[in-house]
Amino acid sequence: MTQEELFEAQEREQQRQAGLENRIYCCTAAGCVSCGSETLRQAIADQIKAQGKEGKVEVCGTGCMGLCSRAPLVRTSSNGMIYGGVTPEDAESLVAAGGPADKRIDPQMPFFVRQHKVVLANSGYVDPERLLDYIACDGYQALAKALSDMTPQEVIAEVKASGLRGRGGAGYPTGLKWELVAKQPAPVRYVVCNGDEGDPGAFMDRSMLEGDPHRVLEGMAIAGYAVGAQQGYIYVRGEYGLAIRRLQAAVKQAERERLLGSHIFENSFGFRIDLRIGAGAFVCGEETALVASIEGRRGNPRQRPPYPPESGLWGKPTLINNVETFANIPDIIRRGSAWFAGIGTAESKGTKVFALAGKIANTGLIEVPMGTSLRSILFEIGGGVPGGAAFKAAQTGGPSGGCIPAEHLDTPVDYESLAAIGSIMGSGGLIVMDESSCMVDVARFFMDFCVDESCGKCVPCRAGTVEMHDVLLRITRGEATEADVAMLEELAVLLREASLCGLGQTAPNPVVSTLRYFRREYEEHMRERRCAAGRCRFESAAQVQGGAQ
Amino acid sequence: MSRHNYAGDALIEVLHTAQELYGFLSPDLLKTIARKLRLPPSRVLGVVTFYHFFSLAPKGEHSFSVCMGTACYVAGAHELLETLEHRCGCKAGETSADGKVSVSGVRCIGSCGLAPAVIRDGKIMAHVTRDQLNAELDQIGVA
Repeated sequence: MTQEELFEAQEREQQRQAGLENRIYCCTAAGCVSCGSETLRQAIADQIKAQGKEGKVEVCGTGCMGLCSRAPLVRTSSNGMIYGGVTPEDAESLVAAGGPADKRIDPQMPFFVRQHKVVLANSGYVDPERLLDYIACDGYQALAKALSDMTPQEVIAEVKASGLRGRGGAGYPTGLKWELVAKQPAPVRYVVCNGDEGDPGAFMDRSMLEGDPHRVLEGMAIAGYAVGAQQGYIYVRGEYGLAIRRLQAAVKQAERERLLGSHIFENSFGFRIDLRIGAGAFVCGEETALVASIEGRRGNPRQRPPYPPESGLWGKPTLINNVETFANIPDIIRRGSAWFAGIGTAESKGTKVFALAGKIANTGLIEVPMGTSLRSILFEIGGGVPGGAAFKAAQTGGPSGGCIPAEHLDTPVDYESLAAIGSIMGSGGLIVMDESSCMVDVARFFMDFCVDESCGKCVPCRAGTVEMHDVLLRITRGEATEADVAMLEELAVLLREASLCGLGQTAPNPVVSTLRYFRREYEEHMRERRCAAGRCRFESAAQVQGGAQ
Repeated sequence: MSRHNYAGDALIEVLHTAQELYGFLSPDLLKTIARKLRLPPSRVLGVVTFYHFFSLAPKGEHSFSVCMGTACYVAGAHELLETLEHRCGCKAGETSADGKVSVSGVRCIGSCGLAPAVIRDGKIMAHVTRDQLNAELDQIGVA
């Protein structure tokens, strides 16, 4: 495909879609699929046939529409309405008229109007299994622009100027990383997309890969051009079957149209993308472990430096970015760095995708400008805690992050502000807890996770996580003393200072942050053998003694 | 294996395919893979045991995997797992003595809007309750 052909294809597809009476978008992301959206989609297709509306009304699958708590979701182009909790019986009215009025979701509800969509702009609007849908939404135009009008240095300068920072959690400036890889003398380089979304409670990468896979591929190809790589790898968790299938299909389609492969847009630049499927190891999200896993070895991290930009895959310079980071690239190139830098705060530019889960009314996927307050995310967009229960804490960053109590709800969401209150931005999982959650038990839950996922290479992490878990377990059983808490704090410092990789260094974070904000709960467990949330079961003193004998 | 040119780098892809074909990775299968990819058997076993995904023992007729992600945990996933363990008489990660059901806890499946979620034979069940699980187990004839 040449650049002219791309524009022609876009125009043709836009006209075709505009000519339709109605296009019915049926959410086929994993959440809605498990609520029966595939059957629903079939029922709508059958109804289109039954009512003789082929060619006038069309049904297509689409990525996550965000409001997963109302699954399955359907959107109709004729009136721009979203319907929630749709059943196959509603297919008739969806095809014939506007759709069931009682299942309409108010498009003016804060959940929709308070969001700012950049990377999720197409999610819910394009069929992820159809390349033309993406092309109709300006797809692959950024790649065309980069290849025809810009030098690799200019692309890097643009990304640097945009202020984009890594969306995997650490927030390293993306442009700097690209420049570092581009500066390496070795001729063979690689681009790797980290889609090993291991944090429990996070599903942003899954939704992006399922809903708009071509956007990530385009971002990677632009990165390949900028840093001089010809081969890219996407590493996806093995648990994400649907995302894997859609990515495989997307790569094939793009290769067929010469948007990937050799001579992209009849340019001398060529870029291939291969998939690597993870096999269930949290530590593989760490970049050196990720590299080892792609090479087919055990996912053990190694000492850094050298960092992957100098020596990564097979010892070659390797650019590793997160899914969301790559998904931001096409828009930055197409709309310019100034547009992107206009969103967000001084230090953190652009938007951030969050996965809302736990005790919150509107669970689902959202995207907001950096700097939005947690209160606005959780209570306006998220709709607050359901059932009138009191908000207790929000957990960000998974097992590497921390718990944010109610008094810090007005903190703006950006890398520095979250770090200042002892949590991290993380990849974007946001889990809300109410009074029924015991914070000691939550800390124990995350430590249990780390015990299980520690790769065992370095001692502080391998033994330290076990020791910390042991203490936490004793606290939840009411068998601990003050000295144990002191030891917990000592171990936390040890793990942070002495562990080899991020997993061990950040493993104490949930403990440290719950100790900081919920120390009273720890004390209640130890002194009064009482768990306010009623989560921990204490054996009576006699039983404890009996057990000791 | 020929698709990957018998390259040792492709070990994980090959293991994925092998497990898909045979259900689990038997010692003989691992030896064959090691020989064909020209890798020491220790390296193959090392990789297999490192990753949670690979299984060295045959799976039961049915499988129930409880999502142990944070959202599911907060929603009471551990109680669901206890129910399964109790009914099937085996621990998470094991298969019941009659080979009927495999029970496991899995890492977050990223469907937190459906918490607590259980994967039954590859299909995700949403907002699962204990009663629902008991009914499912009754249906497949677990004592």
